[in-house]
Amino acid sequence: MTKSKSAYSDPGKKGKLDTHIIVVWVDNEAGVLARVVGLFSGRGYNIESLAVAEVDPKRNISRITIVTTGTPQVIEQIKLQLGKLVPVHKVADFMRGDKKIIFKEMALLKLVGNTSKRNKALKVCKKFNPVVLDKTQKSVVLQITALRREIDTVMGNLKKFGLVSVSRTGAVAMTRGSEIFK
Amino acid sequence: MSKLYTGAEIVFKCMEDQKVEFIFGYPGGAVLPIYDELKNHDSIKHILVRHEQGAGHAAEGYARSCGKPGVVLVTSGPGATNVVTALTDAYMDSIPLVCISGQVPTHLIGTDAFQECDTTGITRPCTKHNWLVKDIKDLAKTIHKAFEVATTGRPGPVLVDIPKDIQFQKAKYPNFKKQKKLNGKSNNRFSQKDIDKIIELMGKAKQPIFYTGGGVINSGPNASEHLRELVSITGFPITSTLQGLGSYPGDDSQFLGMLGMHGTYEANNAMHDCDLMINVGARFDDRITGKIDEFSPKSKKVHIDIDPSSINKNVKVDLPIVGDVSDVILLLIKTIKKNKPNFLKSNKQNVSKWWEQIAKWRSVNSLNFINSDKTIKPQFAIQRLYELTKNKDTFITTEVGQHQMWAAQHYKFDKPNRWMTSGGLGTMGYGLPAAVGVQIAHPNKLVVDIAGEASVLMTMQEMSTAVQYNLPIKIFILNNEYMGMVRQWQELLHEKNYSESYTAALPDFVKLAEAYGCIGIRAKTPDELDRKIQEMIDVKKPVIFDCLVDKEENCFPMIPSGKPHNQMLLGPNDQKENKITGKGKTLV
Repeated sequence: MTKSKSAYSDPGKKGKLDTHIIVVWVDNEAGVLARVVGLFSGRGYNIESLAVAEVDPKRNISRITIVTTGTPQVIEQIKLQLGKLVPVHKVADFMRGDKKIIFKEMALLKLVGNTSKRNKALKVCKKFNPVVLDKTQKSVVLQITALRREIDTVMGNLKKFGLVSVSRTGAVAMTRGSEIFK
Repeated sequence: MSKLYTGAEIVFKCMEDQKVEFIFGYPGGAVLPIYDELKNHDSIKHILVRHEQGAGHAAEGYARSCGKPGVVLVTSGPGATNVVTALTDAYMDSIPLVCISGQVPTHLIGTDAFQECDTTGITRPCTKHNWLVKDIKDLAKTIHKAFEVATTGRPGPVLVDIPKDIQFQKAKYPNFKKQKKLNGKSNNRFSQKDIDKIIELMGKAKQPIFYTGGGVINSGPNASEHLRELVSITGFPITSTLQGLGSYPGDDSQFLGMLGMHGTYEANNAMHDCDLMINVGARFDDRITGKIDEFSPKSKKVHIDIDPSSINKNVKVDLPIVGDVSDVILLLIKTIKKNKPNFLKSNKQNVSKWWEQIAKWRSVNSLNFINSDKTIKPQFAIQRLYELTKNKDTFITTEVGQHQMWAAQHYKFDKPNRWMTSGGLGTMGYGLPAAVGVQIAHPNKLVVDIAGEASVLMTMQEMSTAVQYNLPIKIFILNNEYMGMVRQWQELLHEKNYSESYTAALPDFVKLAEAYGCIGIRAKTPDELDRKIQEMIDVKKPVIFDCLVDKEENCFPMIPSGKPHNQMLLGPNDQKENKITGKGKTLV
């Protein structure tokens, strides 16, 4: 180890990292996404994926879903720091793997190849309700919705069936049952 | 039909309704309509600074010394970028500022127009919130909201960016109804149960300590009153952070002095060995905690803070209480008086051993230094300044470095809002413009900027402001020709390689004072010091005091960072047996 002569202390022990899904309800105004994302980059938090769109056009409310990893202390900080932003209405936090929560990501997959390859490809995706959005003699564009790691697996399996292009969204989340997050 | 006002008029209508008395600013192309309107509003006085950073720090000094938000007015582009340091400083130290900046007309935004910059983008991470007003109808609402955000909860800076065309456009001005003061109640998220829990912990504690910070000052003068009562009815020792100085009398017997990197031996050891730590409005900053893993290992920790995100940020605490310090302490006192009227008596025995231990630490006399009759020791200069000014209600500002720490160690404050220093950001050049702001708020009080010669040169141009407005600020420079703190670290940790920390070709500060049209005084020897300081105090004009001090004095005690509280370096008296070893160096 090189000798440190820093004016600052050495880093302490790193805690265990968990993956969380943070959902933020914000006023849909100019710069609001920059505020949220800037808070993450400025404080060194991690963003694995991000999904954002207006969900209440009447009240101008957007819903931002961020997948992040961090120690329990960092996750707590993320929630509290987000809560301090003026345009933020509420912040929810779900553990990845929580049974009460539904997580979904969408992917568009373009495959180029002969009919047999394309049919095999469809079979690989079958579990994830593939929708054929476009079809030509040589190619097909599929849409699947699944969990992140499932899409990762599908992509791996599709390589040999002519997968040429992938476009993916960030995760969105919702609680199961009749309850809503207040 | 109600009257229509221009954007510039609305800016002033809002400020009048917010009871703004002073604006610190600098004109420019994109704020000319607002400056044009200035003459029509007698109740608001504009203070023309010499650099926008100076406007920001002056507004900070004003806000800190009188509790009202500071207002800054700057132009677009360089005007806005120059104020960024001050905004960041205010953000770190929780000072309420409202900065109004001009912007190029809306149709030119995004075209790289003359003096255009992305002001809201640049200031987003260094303000509590900022706004770009693109519709004249939003202007009044936005400015009032800005004042609300700056002053409520944990205070801080905000910025409103107003394009020039909006300043010309017209709109109605709605009647302003100031919201009923919530007295911070909306920020209080604690219950009687939490208070009962603290009292239970306090009753059990054998080695308790109060660790108080800038939150007590920000909570208002009442908070300091309550704190004094709480400390007195509990009989516990109390230590304060740099920002908290003044909330408790510095010369009281229960006060252990400042803690932290350059805190006293007794305060830091008490923090390390305590079994109950009650943090009141402080934030476990890294200059306070030292090595986090070994920070106060045996204690139960209570944390009272208005900002929920301060809780568990650096140090995990056992009992968090989110609320306004003043309200929390008041309820605490009421509950103790009601349920345990004899708390002090019953508790005395509990903590008597603890006080014995503290007395032992105190006897080390860690702020001691070897005085000289030939050269002025910087600590001695501060002590003399304190002795000669303590009977006046003196306001002290500082720059950043050794002189700042010596001021914190040797100047004893007994009232809140008398001590203005840049703690979080550590901004060299803060003290002189801050003194300008303090003197504006308190025209008849003695205001002294304890400075270093390197720091003060960063914002020296504001002397011109002081002269313009007849502000008799005293710039008390401890001149050692070095960036002292940098030199100290280089001596202790970088094998005395004084890389670029010596300032050759310093100006003659006495002549500089004369050039600005104020008074220059120089003190070279200890025996003339008192007379010269008295001369400085008596002059009713701004003064630059060039105090030539020992060039190689170091600031002790010191906790090298990366070390826990109980491993302090003491001064030269102690150093023979306590040299920093090779291993110690690597940890710093």
